[in-house]
Amino acid sequence: MKITIALAQLNTHLGDVESNLEKHLSLIKDARSANADLIVFPELSLTGYVLQDLVPSVAHPPRADDPVFSQLLSASQDIDLVVGFVDEDRRHRFYISSAYLSKGEIVHVHHKVYLPTYGLFDEGRFFAWGDDVRAFNTRFGRVGILICEDFWHASPPYLLWLDGADIFLFSSASPGRGLRDEPQLESARWVEHINRAYASLFTSFVAHANRVGYEDGLNFWGGSTLFDPNGELLAKGPYQKEALTLAEIDLNQLHRTRTRLPLLRDERTSLVQRELARIIRERIPGDIGSR
Amino acid sequence: MVRKKIDLTINTGLAREILTGFLHTEITRAGFSRGVIGLSGGVDSSLACYLTAEALGPENVLAVRMPYKTSSPDSMEHAQIVVDALGVQSLDVPITEMVDPLFNRFPDMDKVRQGNVMARERMIILYDQSEAFNGLVIGTGNKTEILLGYTTLFGDAASALNPNGDLYKTQLRQLARSMGVPAAVIEKPPSADLWKGQTDEGELGFTYEDVDQLLYLLVDQRYSPESCIEAGFPEGFVRDVVERVRRNHFKRVQPPIAKLSNRTIGYDFLYLRDWGT
Repeated sequence: MKITIALAQLNTHLGDVESNLEKHLSLIKDARSANADLIVFPELSLTGYVLQDLVPSVAHPPRADDPVFSQLLSASQDIDLVVGFVDEDRRHRFYISSAYLSKGEIVHVHHKVYLPTYGLFDEGRFFAWGDDVRAFNTRFGRVGILICEDFWHASPPYLLWLDGADIFLFSSASPGRGLRDEPQLESARWVEHINRAYASLFTSFVAHANRVGYEDGLNFWGGSTLFDPNGELLAKGPYQKEALTLAEIDLNQLHRTRTRLPLLRDERTSLVQRELARIIRERIPGDIGSR
Repeated sequence: MVRKKIDLTINTGLAREILTGFLHTEITRAGFSRGVIGLSGGVDSSLACYLTAEALGPENVLAVRMPYKTSSPDSMEHAQIVVDALGVQSLDVPITEMVDPLFNRFPDMDKVRQGNVMARERMIILYDQSEAFNGLVIGTGNKTEILLGYTTLFGDAASALNPNGDLYKTQLRQLARSMGVPAAVIEKPPSADLWKGQTDEGELGFTYEDVDQLLYLLVDQRYSPESCIEAGFPEGFVRDVVERVRRNHFKRVQPPIAKLSNRTIGYDFLYLRDWGT
């Protein structure tokens, strides 16, 4: 089975959900005209990134009766969507979230589980931590979603892999930083390295949609990528510019790569569980957390 | 101990793309399409002028020359070369007749006070032109001088946005060279030109070459002062620079507001300037 994935590397208006929604609908249309089966938007694509005190005013519940999601759900009749938004739960906790929409249904919602609160980041101040890492079924097979810092940690992609995901859909609003005498910023180089590594280690497809544009002095570097289960780069968006980057993936590549390289078959999950349980049980205070 | 040279080379093409994009985006989303720059004829303001001309188109940039009677004639000439090379709009507003009355009112005013008055007079002119030309004031201060506090608060430090402020002086020169800023501008000794014979390096007591390397370790690489000394920097130099950075932090932050209520500007009323745009 072959499917075409579109990576929507867009800029956003900070806190202006309506105008961002318009842009989503227009890009969804473009992706559909290009025969894409799935379009992936970056982190917080409906709201912008450095929201701070705007968080409570831009939250939208992923439900059919919500004015924003009702339009996205209609648009998902012909193409599957991953959109970034702020979710507010019944107890009024806010989450950095991505939703997978297909055929008018909310198939899955992921709440970001790692909130960077260091350096230039302050997410933990404004958002609640998600508590689940779950793969889910789509019409293209089993898929997993992670958001930015989630995949700076190795464990969430690993969990998704064990939970059956063959296609990893990653989204970011990654601020560019680390200018040196290299073709790309350090942050871009780092993310490209790990995404290629995940594709190789987990013999899976890894798609990454990163936004562009500026918020005050921060720039978002784009450079969205799609790697195949051999770790080969199938497509890459430009740095710093808006773009809709499309690539066809051949799901049979999973069969070929995993026949050659049966890392998944040989993965010792019980050993991992046993050792992890021991490490947590015997942990030296101050060494690793138990969060 | 021989100090290992730290490579501060940058990808100038990438810097140019990010900084021109920054200027264009942040100016237009604030509802403007033009920029105003105080052009001294030095490398910092010349680079800012090149970047802004590229970001907005030269016709949308107003370069303002604001000499005092003791300003070096080279400064005026170099600024003119930049104006001619870019085709930006330009305006001369000499400040002598504006600041001399204040200097005469306080005959014992030392050159630091006079320098501050001149820098703030230039700020007044730029912000007036900001309104008249309908453009935002582009900051020109670089990372080295901002960290060292080698700047006049509410004077040359005042701007609407600053493309230069995350480039050390030696990195800024690389970008200036790659964008075609004239060599005469890049290679002359940096000077605030607030009084005759003033040079940055003479006044600071060290070279940009050295201090940029030290600041890079202290700030970007998070070295402790002790680790910098171990890396070969003289102890006195390290202590002096660390103390300058600390002492001048007030120039880098908004004046603190005394908290009384539950929600106070600066502490828990938090929005980017790009709020809603």
